[in-house]
Amino acid sequence: MSATTADGVRVARRERRRELYRAILRSRTFLVGAGVVGFWVLDALLWRVIVPQDPQAITASETLKAPSTAHWFGTDNVGRDVFSRVLAGAAAVLTVAPLATLLGVTGGIAVGLVAGYYRGIVDDVVSRLIDALLSFPLIIIAVLVLASLGRDTRNVILVIAVIFIPIVGRTVRSAVLVEREREYVAAARLRGERGPYIMVAEILPNITGPILVETTIRLGYAIFTAATLSFFGLGLQPPSPDWGLTIASQRAFLQVAWWTVVFPALALATLVVGVNLLADGLRQVVEE
Amino acid sequence: MTVATAAAVEIDGLTISYRRRGQALRVISDLSLTIRPGEAYGLVGESGCGKTTVAMAVMRYLPQNAVIESGAIRFAGDDLLGASPETLRRWRGNRMAMVYQDPGTALNPSIRVGHQIAEVYELHRGMKRREAMDAAGAMLETVQISDPARVLRRYPHELSGGQQQRVMFAMALATEPELLVLDEPTTGLDATVEAEVLDLVEQLREGFDAAILFVSHNLGVVSRVCERVGVLYAGRLVEQGPARELFTDPRHPYTLALLRCAPRLGMSKDADRLDPIPGSLPPLGATIAGCVFADRCPLARDACHEAQPPLVPVAGHHLTACLFPDEVPGIPHVAATGSVATSELGDALLDVGRLAKAYKLGGTELIAVAGVDLELRVGEVLGLVGESGSGKTSLARCIAGLVEPTEGSVRFDGQDVTVRAERRSREVRRRLQMVFQNPDNALNPRHTVRAILRRSLQLLAGVSGRDRQEKEMLELARSVRLEPRHLDVRPAALSGGLKQRVAIARSFSGKPALVLCDEPTSALDVSVQAAILNLLVDLQRDEGVSYIFISHDLAVVRYVADTIGVMYLGQLVDVGPAAAVFSLPHHPYTEALLSAIPTLDLDARPRIKLTGPIPSPIDPPTGCRFHTRCPRFLGDVCETQEPPWQEDSGGHRYRCHIAPAELAKAQAETAATTDR
Repeated sequence: MSATTADGVRVARRERRRELYRAILRSRTFLVGAGVVGFWVLDALLWRVIVPQDPQAITASETLKAPSTAHWFGTDNVGRDVFSRVLAGAAAVLTVAPLATLLGVTGGIAVGLVAGYYRGIVDDVVSRLIDALLSFPLIIIAVLVLASLGRDTRNVILVIAVIFIPIVGRTVRSAVLVEREREYVAAARLRGERGPYIMVAEILPNITGPILVETTIRLGYAIFTAATLSFFGLGLQPPSPDWGLTIASQRAFLQVAWWTVVFPALALATLVVGVNLLADGLRQVVEE
Repeated sequence: MTVATAAAVEIDGLTISYRRRGQALRVISDLSLTIRPGEAYGLVGESGCGKTTVAMAVMRYLPQNAVIESGAIRFAGDDLLGASPETLRRWRGNRMAMVYQDPGTALNPSIRVGHQIAEVYELHRGMKRREAMDAAGAMLETVQISDPARVLRRYPHELSGGQQQRVMFAMALATEPELLVLDEPTTGLDATVEAEVLDLVEQLREGFDAAILFVSHNLGVVSRVCERVGVLYAGRLVEQGPARELFTDPRHPYTLALLRCAPRLGMSKDADRLDPIPGSLPPLGATIAGCVFADRCPLARDACHEAQPPLVPVAGHHLTACLFPDEVPGIPHVAATGSVATSELGDALLDVGRLAKAYKLGGTELIAVAGVDLELRVGEVLGLVGESGSGKTSLARCIAGLVEPTEGSVRFDGQDVTVRAERRSREVRRRLQMVFQNPDNALNPRHTVRAILRRSLQLLAGVSGRDRQEKEMLELARSVRLEPRHLDVRPAALSGGLKQRVAIARSFSGKPALVLCDEPTSALDVSVQAAILNLLVDLQRDEGVSYIFISHDLAVVRYVADTIGVMYLGQLVDVGPAAAVFSLPHHPYTEALLSAIPTLDLDARPRIKLTGPIPSPIDPPTGCRFHTRCPRFLGDVCETQEPPWQEDSGGHRYRCHIAPAELAKAQAETAATTDR
């Protein structure tokens, strides 16, 4: 009797989790977003196999050719196949953005937990620092830092992460402020738990929802910021097929050969929109 | 259109389901009832029985995902379920009105009260603004708000809970509706305010001829207001009849169990044991072939599980859905009465001296606790009562070490522990624990019961090693009657009562000497409350612990406590042995609190009415803090001088300018003369 009820409870729990997945999978927004993002992730992993031509192969006789059956997206100013370069360009952005997001979110969680849990002076100092950092136009900070530290990929990731820390930190802090008032935190204090344990083992598991949503939103911004930095020449350097870089280097030919710019731009747009759809769908389900 | 003889409301075979994630969950099954014009009908039941759904269905306010599967509702003879949106709009607010549980959210916070009431007149009576405002003022007078002209210009947040609820009544009654639906209208209010609102309902019934559907979980409240009562269980009407008959001679085992499980005023743990209802409510949408209560019923036999018993008359208008109504009065009590007598009280355990706690609120200070002295001995149960804002929870949080007191000291086991829990020794933390009001909040939703109990055993009892922890945990779980199958789930999978058992087990994991219980049963249904109170009493007796037991429910406090302290605006005003505090003479505030309890004893009872709202603790009254509402107000002396402690021989003390002999005489006179 008792064994069957225990099984019943376990089944019920598995059922609930399955229902959550089902709710996520029922969200059309999420599915479309996941489809688009999934496409680009696959492409970033497999582009070496699927590109029709070498994205770096220069053909002097084939410069600025319009889209055709030979070159679906045309060729650029030195005769490289735009289609192949678009496919190859995903890899750069999809390395920089997720790593930067991961770092930024991790840092933001730490900052937000500490500020939200300890309140008082710690919170005041951290919150003012966050405000100060956020009062600068972010792109200017990035430009300044990269110009002084050197423009390699590692620095791009670090800069985006550092910009994200206060933004994520603020979201996490406000979630912590709600949770810390709940009585399970009081109970933990009464049995003598230390602050770090309460933050990580008691509070953190209860704010995964907002953190997950914030992470997907940040990912969208990270892609966008990485592309912007490349556009300004602060990220990857030529001849990388990175989209932002391509748009920047080809924009001089926009009037005579729109395809050199429009296709990488479209690729970038679909990825950003895809991530945002994913974030929206997730948020709707999490917030129910 | 309206047939003169038609019932105000006629519900016929109503079945309602909620659609959730593609499934239809039945919440109301084949419900039929009628309310005659001018009659007050009470619908009672525990949470989840479907009583609010019925109220919403009658107003046609059901949420989107509710489906009326069959049945009909007729309002004054007209089909309500088929009525067009236009018709409904005309009826609502005009011929039918509703008062909700929480007036704070039902009123628009950004519109002045006067305009909100006037709007009803403008909309339904076609009055002009000025005329409507006058009518609104007159209506506020009808609902006995003092200084209506001033209240008209106030925003809802500037009014007290009781005043807000009066405003809701004013709006509901503005158009003299034929039907008034009251959904737990007093549930969020303090006892003295609740009593005021119930008085108001009774008086309004004389002036207005509305039929009332009164939905409540509180049998006492319903019995005060209603002539006829229906008891709802798992979406089915299981018993219906005249209020008095139903409560004195219930003929459904569920009604009887409900009546028995709540402690009545005067019951004490030393003499009586509470009757919990075994088992739990069937899950929402469960399909049960037989009687819905059969699984928990002491009378159940095979026939009960075969088909749902029909609602049949026992006598006159008294109906029951039980196959064996004649056997109901003979159902024995679950627990033997007269359990072992008082436990011996030991040495001093806790000594609270001049404790004060102030919170900073912007520029001002809110003094939650204003100088409280308390003593507690080993094995003693101190009950703390008082209305919201009296400071009882703040006091407990200071003693627990969750906040640091602004002034005063807390001595525990002879050592000074006036610091936060983090800075107390492990031994003190182990011996001083707390059980919180809401188990949903007090248990981490992401941890399994096993993890919760194991962690507190590790920290409080210092039990290390997986095997030993596991063994002790099973022991601990058994002591609060949790079964092994409850250990591997997260709190969300448990019922409220089981969650509170986990919380209690956690606080007992280090064999504490003092457990602070902050309203441990107020989030639970009465049937569950009985089981939890029994458990707390057993644990207290077996382990010899002391409790500080906080509750707004005087009957509950009286039941568990040896000593009772009554708090008002941050001060202890009345303290002494439980029986002494509840008998004459006692502080006038205690007198008022006691007379405010809606009880099931239907005989006339004197009522001490308090006037005015509870003053704000930001700016407490001078002299005696109670003087603004005191029914025994003397004059200047109360306004200017702090009252002295008056003490009698039995250790009962209260703070008042009136001496015991005099007060006893006055209070005895009141009790004798003010028969209703």
